[in-house]
Formats: sequence, C-alpha cells, structure tokens
Amino acid sequence: MTARVALVLVSHSAELARGVAQLAEQMAPDVLIRGVGGGPDGGLGTSLDAVQKALADVLTILADAAPDAAPDGGPAGADALGAAVDGGVVVLGDLGSSVLTVEAALELDDSLAERVVLARAPFVEGAVAAAVTAHGGADLTAVLESASASVRMFAAVEAAQSLEEDGAPSGGESQTSRTVTVRNSLGLHARPAALVSRKVAELGAAVTIDGVDASSVLQLMALGATQGRELRVEATGERAAEAVSTVVEMIEAGFGEV
Amino acid sequence: MKQEGLKDMALDADWAERWVRRTADAVADAKDELTELDRQIGDGDHGENLHRGFRAVVVRLDDEASGRGSADERTVGDVLKLVATTLMSTVGGASGPLYGTAYLRAAKVSGRPQIDPPAVVAVLEAALEGVSSRGKATVGEKTMVDAWHAAVEAAEAAAGDGGSEVDVLRAAAEAADKAATATIPMVATKGRASYLGERSAGHEDPGARSTALVLGAAMAAALSGPTPTDPRSAA
Repeated sequence: MTARVALVLVSHSAELARGVAQLAEQMAPDVLIRGVGGGPDGGLGTSLDAVQKALADVLTILADAAPDAAPDGGPAGADALGAAVDGGVVVLGDLGSSVLTVEAALELDDSLAERVVLARAPFVEGAVAAAVTAHGGADLTAVLESASASVRMFAAVEAAQSLEEDGAPSGGESQTSRTVTVRNSLGLHARPAALVSRKVAELGAAVTIDGVDASSVLQLMALGATQGRELRVEATGERAAEAVSTVVEMIEAGFGEV
Repeated sequence: MKQEGLKDMALDADWAERWVRRTADAVADAKDELTELDRQIGDGDHGENLHRGFRAVVVRLDDEASGRGSADERTVGDVLKLVATTLMSTVGGASGPLYGTAYLRAAKVSGRPQIDPPAVVAVLEAALEGVSSRGKATVGEKTMVDAWHAAVEAAEAAAGDGGSEVDVLRAAAEAADKAATATIPMVATKGRASYLGERSAGHEDPGARSTALVLGAAMAAALSGPTPTDPRSAA
C-alpha cells in the first residue's frame, strides 16, 4: 500500500459499494479502497455511523503508513497530520442520501475537512479514474480532479471519434505518431487500460490513442478497442518518441494475454 | 387565547424534549400516510425511516433521563443536538441527513436554557438554512424547504407583531401545514420525485408533510405541560 490518497465509496447498497471497490482495487492495487453501503438496518440506505467508521479507519491506516510519521520523535500527532496534508481521502457517493450523509459527517467533525473531500462524480467511473490516478502516487487535489473529470469522459470520446470520422488524414508513421494493432482478444479492457494509463502518467508526455487522452483509463476503456483494431498512438512533449514506442510495445505485447 | 401561568409555557429544554416526544408520536401515527405519499412520488421509505429515527431519539432521551440528576442544566440546543445525531445515524434515507442538519443548525443557535420569540425565529431560520443548503433546494421545488420557508416567514411576522412564544410557534405550524398542502399541484424539480417530472404533480410532498408534523408538535408541546407519556411527569 504505497498510495497516499485512499478512497471511500459510499453506496445505498452494500453489494454495490463492495463491487465497485473490488473493480477499482483490481485496477489500482496500491490504493486503499473501502466500500461502505447499506442503511442502519442493513437494508438499502446509508448509515452515518458506518461512514464515520470507514473514514476513521482509513485515516488511521494512512497515518500509520505515512513514511515520515514522527521521524524525530516529536509529537506524533502533529507530524502525522503534516505528512497527510497532500494525502487524504477522496469520497464518492452514489445517490441522494449517500452524498448527504457524507456531507453531514464532514459537518459534524471539522477536523476531517482538510483531509477528506467529497467528489462530485459518477460512482463507477469516478471511482475507477480516481483509483488509477491515486495508484501513481498523486496528491489529494489530483485524485479529486481525476474523479471530477470522469463526468466529461463520454463527451471527450465522442469528440475524438467524430474528429476521426471527419477524416483528418492520419498521417504517416513517425517517431511521435505510430499505428499499432490490438493483439489480445479482449483488447483495452479494464486491466490493460489501467496499465497503459498508469504508464502514460508515469512518462509525463501527452499521449493520445485514437484521439483520446491515454492517461485517462476511462477514455481508453470507452474506445472499446478489441482484437484486430488499429490504433493510432500519438504524443507531444519532450519524451514524445519514448512515450509512443513504450505504449506501442505494451499494446503489441498483448498485456500478457496472447 | 391568553393563558394563566405563562411560566408553564417557557420554551426550555423540557419543552424541547416534549416537542421531540410529540413529534415521535405524530410520526408514528402518520407513518403509513407518509410512506404512501412517498410511494407515489419517491422511494416509499419516508414514513418508516422517520419513524425508526424518532423512535431511536426517544430511546436515547429515556436513557439520558435515567442518568441525569434533577438539577440538570440542559439547554434547548442540547436536546436538539441529540435529535440531530440520532436521526443522522438511524434514518438511513435522505431525510436523515436533511432533518439531522436542520436540528444540528437549530441546536447551534439555541445553546441556552430557554428561548424567547426572536430566538424561536432564529431556530427555524437555522433549520431552513440547514435543509436548503444540505439538499441544495430552494422554495418552489416541491420539497420540505417549502414548508420550512413558509414557517420562517410566518414566525417572523408573528414575532414582529410582538407575539408570544406560542403565537410564533402556532403561526409557523399553520403556515407549514398550508405550505405542505400547497405542494400537491407542484412539479418536483429536486429530490427523488424530480425523476418523475410532470407526473409528480397531484401528490403531496412527504417531506413537506412531515415538516408540518414536526412544527405542529412544537406548538402542541408549548401549549401543554408534561404529557402523560413523559416519564418525568409521573415522578
């Protein structure tokens, strides 16, 4: 567990919360993810107590994991807090009362405010995007932004596809623009999309695949690129050539599925 | 109607407790009606959820009463804070955090042993502010905000006219009741009912109705002394 930002996913349904947590964990194994769901009576609903407990648990684990917690034997509390300033917890809720309950929990305990933020994002897409971003070691602001940006995913993919159809000539091969064929049968499904987007974020170059942002796991998944599809990988920036060849190699290698 | 023994009507912590206990009774009586309203335009859990919440509040009040000495120095806010945290923990649906926030904000402006008419207005205003900011709703969207808003306006007017505590609470309760009825022809634009669009017209909003019950109980608690169901009246 190395990521400094954790996720708490709050749903009306315990099963939904658990399921989305599982999905996001698979794509971002280094991130602490907790799913909380169901009402006080165990049925559909949201329990304030359960939300508070999950937040407290996750903050405790983060504080314990912070590498420089109390390094000089000083007051542990202050240091742990200092270490957690750019880390913290991003919370996602599914519908009405989940979101309201999280907001109420934040209002009841002022001390949570600087380390816990509620994302305004679609539950599944936001959780996956936030998890993959957090996996790369991003700070609280970046993970929150990634969750919020997930709401624009569909529009971004549609825009990229209509640009493609408008017949922008896809140019020849160059060091910063290459075509690659998807080899594994399932194509860029969740796990490979997460691998590619994490690698792109790590490389720090602006990479697009068929016009969509390759650092966005959601946009990659939305391409629906299955076996045999030709993808155009393009990049700009200092390490553009390296980024293109790395991504092309990953796709050609079939993600260990061929 | 002027009554002798104004002292009995002081809006103190005991009044707040009577208010809450009466609310629990009113919600229990109206549970099926609220659920039916919610079944028509929402997810059908409002009556049951609120009933569970207020039942838990009563249990906590009983527990607290048994551990408290006779010379307690409770404030009105202490009682309302207990209601807030209990509802948030036990209701489960959206009305938990909504009512919870209303009582929480109300508690913040009533941290004293007794409240006068202007303070009653402040309590209602704080509750309205809590509900509308938590629910991101405003007047005219067919929600409980409509009832709270009407109650605040009527209470302000009554307090401005120099009304007593009971006058102010009566004005608030009657206005909330009317406002709840007035939600029937409205089309919902917030909350679960908004998914129904035009089809939400013709049904009363369950949150506005329960708000009217809450405020009706506040008035009734001010008119009456300890009720027979209040364990301390038997002492």
